[in-house]
Amino acid sequence: MKITTDNIDDFATGATVLGTGGGGDPYIGKLMAQQAIEEHGPVDLIDPRDVPDDALVIPSAMLGAPTVMVEKMPKGTEALAAFEALETHLGQEAYATMSIEAGGLNSTVPIAVAAALGLPLVDADGMGRAFPEVQMVTLTMGGVSATPMSIADEKGNSLLVNTVSNEYAEAFARVTSIEMGGACMIGTYALSGAEVREHAILDSMSLAHDIGEAIRTAKHRSRDPVESVLDLTDGYELFAGKITDVERRTEGGFAVGEATLDGIDDCEGRTFTLSFQNENLVARDSERGVVASTPDLITVVDAETGDPVTTERLAYGHRVRVIGMPCSPKWRTEEGLDLVGPAYFDYSIDYEPIETLQQPRHD
Amino acid sequence: MTDYRIGIDVGGTNTDAVVMDGDDNLLAKTKTPTTEDITSGILNALDVVLDDSGVSEDELDYVMLGTTHATNAITERRGLNEVGVIRIGAPATQSIRPLLEWPDDLAAAVGNNVAILDGGHEFDGRLLNDLDEEQVRAQIREFSDVDAFAVTSVFSPVRDDHETRVAELIREEVGDDVPISVSNEIGSVGLLERENATALNAALTSVASEAANAFVEAMDERGIDANLYFGQNDGTLMSVDYAIRYPIFTVASGPSNSVRGAAYLSQVENGIIVDVGGTTTDVGAVTEGFPRESSVAVEIGEVKTNFRMPDIIAIGIGGGSIVSTDGGVTVGPQSVGYKLTEEARCFGGETLTATDLEVAAGTIDIGSETPAVDADIVEAAREYVRERVEREVDRMKTSADPVPVVIVGGGSILVPDDIAGASEVHKPDHYEVANAVGVAIAQVSGEVDRIYSLDEMDREGAIQHAKDEATDNALAAGADPDSVDIVDIEEVPLSYLPGNAVRIKVKAAGALDH
Repeated sequence: MKITTDNIDDFATGATVLGTGGGGDPYIGKLMAQQAIEEHGPVDLIDPRDVPDDALVIPSAMLGAPTVMVEKMPKGTEALAAFEALETHLGQEAYATMSIEAGGLNSTVPIAVAAALGLPLVDADGMGRAFPEVQMVTLTMGGVSATPMSIADEKGNSLLVNTVSNEYAEAFARVTSIEMGGACMIGTYALSGAEVREHAILDSMSLAHDIGEAIRTAKHRSRDPVESVLDLTDGYELFAGKITDVERRTEGGFAVGEATLDGIDDCEGRTFTLSFQNENLVARDSERGVVASTPDLITVVDAETGDPVTTERLAYGHRVRVIGMPCSPKWRTEEGLDLVGPAYFDYSIDYEPIETLQQPRHD
Repeated sequence: MTDYRIGIDVGGTNTDAVVMDGDDNLLAKTKTPTTEDITSGILNALDVVLDDSGVSEDELDYVMLGTTHATNAITERRGLNEVGVIRIGAPATQSIRPLLEWPDDLAAAVGNNVAILDGGHEFDGRLLNDLDEEQVRAQIREFSDVDAFAVTSVFSPVRDDHETRVAELIREEVGDDVPISVSNEIGSVGLLERENATALNAALTSVASEAANAFVEAMDERGIDANLYFGQNDGTLMSVDYAIRYPIFTVASGPSNSVRGAAYLSQVENGIIVDVGGTTTDVGAVTEGFPRESSVAVEIGEVKTNFRMPDIIAIGIGGGSIVSTDGGVTVGPQSVGYKLTEEARCFGGETLTATDLEVAAGTIDIGSETPAVDADIVEAAREYVRERVEREVDRMKTSADPVPVVIVGGGSILVPDDIAGASEVHKPDHYEVANAVGVAIAQVSGEVDRIYSLDEMDREGAIQHAKDEATDNALAAGADPDSVDIVDIEEVPLSYLPGNAVRIKVKAAGALDH
C-alpha cells in the first residue's frame, strides 16, 4: 500500500483513536508527512513479513514537550543525520524505518521521515497504541535495545547514545531534548527484519489507516462509525454518556486526571469514571467496577461523528462514547504488565483482559 | 452632558441600531435589512433611530459599529491583500511551510508568497538562530507584488525582538504605507495557528480600511461629528485606527456583542446566552459580564487559528429555518434567510418556516396571513428546537449546576421559557436588538498574552509586567485612564519544560475616553 496525500488524513485519525487520548497531536506529524510526500513522492507501507531477516530497520520518532513541538516544528532533515550516524556505527544501511508508537504524533512522523529518506515504512510498531516513555515498547521485552540511539536537532547537532538499559535511554534522551530546545528527532531500537516479526506489533499502521477510513466514510455509508471501529479492533463499546466533570493536575510532567460521565441512552442511570495520565488508563463503571485498564486501549469518541477526543479536549457537556480495545497479547505477560500495567502507573488494581471483564458476572 | 450614543450591528440578515443616552437608557431601536454594500443599510438604520429618538446628529457623541466585513471577505475570498508571509525560524520549522494546510483558493487569494528565514528563539528565550538582516531585506525586495506583510517568529510570545526588527527592516525597505502584522500581537503559542491568524489579519487590512473609510464618510455625510468605534470579538470596542491594524479581531464580534447586550439587558453577569437569529442560533457564555473565550483552535475560512475568539456554538435553527415533516418533524438547518418576507407562508409564500408555526399557534402576529398547521406538527417542532437548544446550553455549562439562561435575538419566540438545566430564563426587553445594545454599551480593552520565565523574573514581577502592558494597550485603544481596570488574569504553567515557564494572559478594560 502507498501512503499518499490523499490517505494521510485517515492514518492521522486512526492514530488518534489508537492514541487512547494521548500520544501528542498527530496534526503536526500529518502536515510534515503531507509536505514530505509532496516533495519526495508517496511512501511504501511494506508488510513486515516481506522484510528480509537480516535487513536493518531503524524506527524514528519525535521526542519532547508538546508545547515546543507545536511552536518549533522540525527542519525535516534531522533524521538524515540521525540515520547516517546509526548506519555508520552499525556498519549497515537502513532498509526501512518504522514507528515505535502507532498512536498519536509518532505514528505520522515516521511517514515524513520515510518520504524524506526515500525509505519504505514497515507496517508495524512497538506499542500498538501510545505510551509516554521510550522504554514502553514490546521491543524492550524482546531484548531489543533502544540504543545505540541517535538524537538530532534542526541545527545539525547529533549525539549517539549508548546505555545499559532502555530506561536510561529514555532519561538521557529527555535531558538532551531540553538542550536541543525542548524537542528532538530520534533514531532508536535499530533491529533486524527477523526481530520486527518476532517482537514488534504487526500491521498496526494499516489498522490505523482502516480505522480512519471507517470513521470518514461511515456517514456516507449510513453506518455507525463506532460499530465500524469495533469490528476492526475486536473492541467493545464500554459506555455512552455525557461528561459531567473533568479534574486535571500536572504530576511529574504528565497531565493527570479523571473524567466523570453520566450515562445516556442504554447507559442511563449509570456513571462512568475515566482515569488518565496523558493516555486513558483505567475505566470504571458504577455498576460493574473496572471495565478496562492499561495496556488495553480506552478511547473516547464523539457520540455522533465517532471522531476521537483527546484527554486535553475532554470538557463538560460533551456527549461521547467510550470504546475499549484489546491490546497486543505481548503486553499481557508478566514482563509486559511490569512495563505498562496498572501498577506501573500507580493504580492499585490487578489487570484483567478486557474480554474477561466484558463477560457477564455471576456474583 | 447628553452623551448620546448609537450602536449598530450589521448581521447577515438584519442591520440593527439603537440610540442610548448617557445613563444607558434605550431611546430608540430598529431592525432593517442588511444591504449588499452594507453602508446604505447602516445609513437606513441610523436615519430610523435618529428620527424615532428625536436626537439630532450634533448631539451624538459616539457611534459604535459591529460589522461582518472581515468575516465575509474571508468566506468569499474577496478584496484580500497580497500578503508576504515571512516566518523567522530557520533552520527549524521547514518541515511544514506557511499556508500548507490552507484551502488552495484562499492561499491563492492572498498570493501564496511565503518564506522561512533564519532566526527565532527557544522556549526559554535562548537564541534559536541569528537573524540575517541581509537575507530579510533580499526577501522583502523579492516580494515585489506584496501589499501587506505578516511576520511570525518562533517563540515570539516569549521574545518578540526578531519580529520587531523584521518590521523595522520592512519599513526601511518599502516605507510606511504597507501594513505589517506581527504575530505576537495577535496569537499565542502554536506557530502554525498564530501564523495563520497573522496572515489573515494582514490579508484583511485593505478590506478593513475601506470599511472604516466608508463608515467615516457616511457619518460625515450625515453631519455626524462623533467618536467612531468598531466592536471586537471580546465584546469591547476599538478605535478606527486600531480596527484597520487588527481587523481579525472583528471576526465573530456579532455573537460577542449579543452576549454583552443580553447580559446588560437581563443584568445576568454569569450564565448562558442564546441568540436566535434568522438562520442560526448562537449559544455562548457570559463570565463576569464578558463573553467566555474559546480554549481550543478555532477555524476561520477553514484555517486553524489560535487568537482569542468567543466560545460560541452555532446551531442551524432560526426564525427562517425550513420545517420538514418527512419522516419526523425537523427544523433547519436549511433556511429561507433574508427572504422570509417572500417565501414564508405567513407572507404568502410556499415554504413552511419556524416562524409560520408560531404564527399558526397564535403566539406572534406577523405577515399577511395565518397558515393552517396541524397542532401536532407545531408541538413536535417545538420539542425538536427545545431538545437542540437544551443540549447546547448544557454543553456550554462548566458544571452540572443550573445557571441563568438569557434568550435574545429576533427569533426568541422559538425557544421555550422552561429550559432544562436553567436556574431562571430571561427574555429581557429589547431582546431583538441585544447585539446593537451590546456594542453601544461596550468598553475599550487591551490585552497581553505572553510566556514569562519565572527563573528570570519573580511571579509578581511577571504579572505586574503583563498588567502594565495590558493597561497601556487599553489606553492605546482609547480607554479613559481613570477608569481602566484589570478584568481578567489567567496563569497557565507550561508542562514538560524546565525553567518555570508560565503563560500569563491579562485583559484590562475601561470606559471610553471623553
